[in-house]
Amino acid sequence: MIEIDRISKLYDGAAAVDAVSMTVETATITAIVGTSGSGKTTLLRMINRLVEPSSGEVRINGESTRSVPKNTLRRRIGYAIQSHGLFPHYTVARNIGTVPTLLGWSKAAIRARVDELLELFSMEPEHFRDRYPAELSGGQQQRVGVARALASRPDLLLMDEPFGALDPIIRARAQEDLRRIQRTLGSTIMLVTHDMEEAIQLGDRVAVMDAGRLVQHGTPAEIIQRPASDFVADMVGGVERPLRLLSLFPLSELVEQGHAEGDALDADTSLRDALSNCLWTGRNAVPVVKDGVALGRVTMDAIRARAEGPR
Amino acid sequence: MPVRSTAWLSPPGVLLAVLGVASLLAPYMTLAANRIVAGEGFKAWQVAGAEFTAPGMLAVAIGLLLGLLPRWHWLRLTGAALGLAGMAWLLSHGAPALLDGAGDYARVSPGAGFWCLLVILALLMADALTHLSPGPLARIGLLLLVLLLMAILLNSGALAQLSILQEYASRKAAFTDATWRHLGLAFGSLAMATAIGVPLGILAYRRERLRKAILPVLSFLQTIPSLAMFGIMIPLLGWFVSVFPGAKAIGIAGVGFAPAFLALVLYSLLPVAGNVVAGLQSTPASAIEAARGMGMSAGQRLLRIELPLGLPVILAGLRIALVQNIGLAVIAGLIGGGGYGAFVFQGLNQTATDLILLGALPTVALALLAAMGMDVIVELTRATPEETS
Repeated sequence: MIEIDRISKLYDGAAAVDAVSMTVETATITAIVGTSGSGKTTLLRMINRLVEPSSGEVRINGESTRSVPKNTLRRRIGYAIQSHGLFPHYTVARNIGTVPTLLGWSKAAIRARVDELLELFSMEPEHFRDRYPAELSGGQQQRVGVARALASRPDLLLMDEPFGALDPIIRARAQEDLRRIQRTLGSTIMLVTHDMEEAIQLGDRVAVMDAGRLVQHGTPAEIIQRPASDFVADMVGGVERPLRLLSLFPLSELVEQGHAEGDALDADTSLRDALSNCLWTGRNAVPVVKDGVALGRVTMDAIRARAEGPR
Repeated sequence: MPVRSTAWLSPPGVLLAVLGVASLLAPYMTLAANRIVAGEGFKAWQVAGAEFTAPGMLAVAIGLLLGLLPRWHWLRLTGAALGLAGMAWLLSHGAPALLDGAGDYARVSPGAGFWCLLVILALLMADALTHLSPGPLARIGLLLLVLLLMAILLNSGALAQLSILQEYASRKAAFTDATWRHLGLAFGSLAMATAIGVPLGILAYRRERLRKAILPVLSFLQTIPSLAMFGIMIPLLGWFVSVFPGAKAIGIAGVGFAPAFLALVLYSLLPVAGNVVAGLQSTPASAIEAARGMGMSAGQRLLRIELPLGLPVILAGLRIALVQNIGLAVIAGLIGGGGYGAFVFQGLNQTATDLILLGALPTVALALLAAMGMDVIVELTRATPEETS
């Protein structure tokens, strides 16, 4: 568990981050979202003390980050950044093994860990281990950057706009990968992004920052349905709010008994995709299956009701 | 895949062939009554009997003709080498023929035509090599081969009657001394400048204020004309010795090795420290941010990330300093610092051109050698692949 306790950062008397408190549960993803200059990156960098807080405290599993030397702290916390920051003169294996090497792991242990991570990121170890970063595609470089941040099994992984430099298709895949790997490893992740869509897709919790303050912290559904201020409402994007909301829930939540015509959809399909499918095929209901077994149907009326905002 | 060139002839080859023919019309060798007076010029076909000049000139002509080829660069390279061999042949047979009956004090020297042709064939060789683009190790091999051939040629005595080698023959011990002195000045001052400049550069990189103070001072030092710099050292060290008499015991004096050495160190500080700063600054900002974020200490970042990534630029600075020092060390001769400069200034005083050349030619050769050697080292340190395109 990560506890951020009234943490502030002042630059020349002006607060870049102003008394922010939040708690991050173990094995969850928290997406910190805000416009540029909102203090979201400063907040993230205060957690591994790349920026020293002016006041306040961060506790990781109850232990204050001030109680250990800076570099010891940072070796325990994974850190991945937008432009991946891979060392161009190190091979992929050496890049991933950076922190384990600093921690004095044995060569065999490092090698095993590197291969394990490459496998996890669907990169054939035989093929990629000895390559240099310049020989990889943008998406592969980004994956190696995240693998490097996870190498020493850190208590916490900090990511600063990790997918910012990727094109939309590669980015969607990278987000799915991150979700899958986070579930597999049970990692605790704090991720900074300016993209509300990304925050909603990835975050178990979304923290919205504005002008150095934490304006709302909650589940994606809460943020969309009950934005705490006009600013948050703007961030979740006026007209697209119902669609964003629908993207959070699977069909299985709205299944009812009955029959519908046409091709069946999987129970894990999001309501947004199901709505899109209904519109495209001109149906008022779709059949739902799970593992090949028919569960029933979902009607457009049910989907519409789910998308309605508070009045 | 060799690119098929549509050109019938190599353009630089054509230019060099025309210039080569023109330089054959200039005097190839000169014969003078003694080592001081100006000599009389002889064209390549006049230096000896036709049975000697014909093969030499033929070799040069074949070399220039092969240089015209638009591809087959190995053949062009061989042609240039053949031409150079022809030139040596002409010198070695021309010297005794010209000296025959010319008197005891008579001297023969290579003339303007020889030097021009030497440059032209060397350029032809360089052009062919550029196309072949040999790897760093192959280049070192070629360099050693050329040095070996030069050593064999000079030791064989075939050129012993040339005036410059006559000057050498009467100063063998002094020449060996001067060589060590020159190397000591150039490499010693580089070592000292590295010992001071690298830490200085690292400090300047770390602290912006220091950087803004140091680099302008170093670049001011660089602008002091070399003669003036060596001149200033004389009273400066003279005063130093008068204040600290102990300094004299370890060989420091107003004239001689010490002031020359000090001046060279000062001149090298800018290329060394400046390139250390530039090399360290060339480290990608994201790599440094990542290194910090992963918990590398400042020392670990320097040793593992910044220095290795900056190494090619840092070595390029050492290369500049070394080549510059080999040249500047000649001026050391003026203030009694020794080295090849001593021959140059003696030669200037005696108006003995060949004595000047005895100092100048080894300096040029040494500088070229150092430049090529350092280039190979710089290239070897760039072992990581550049951006794939």
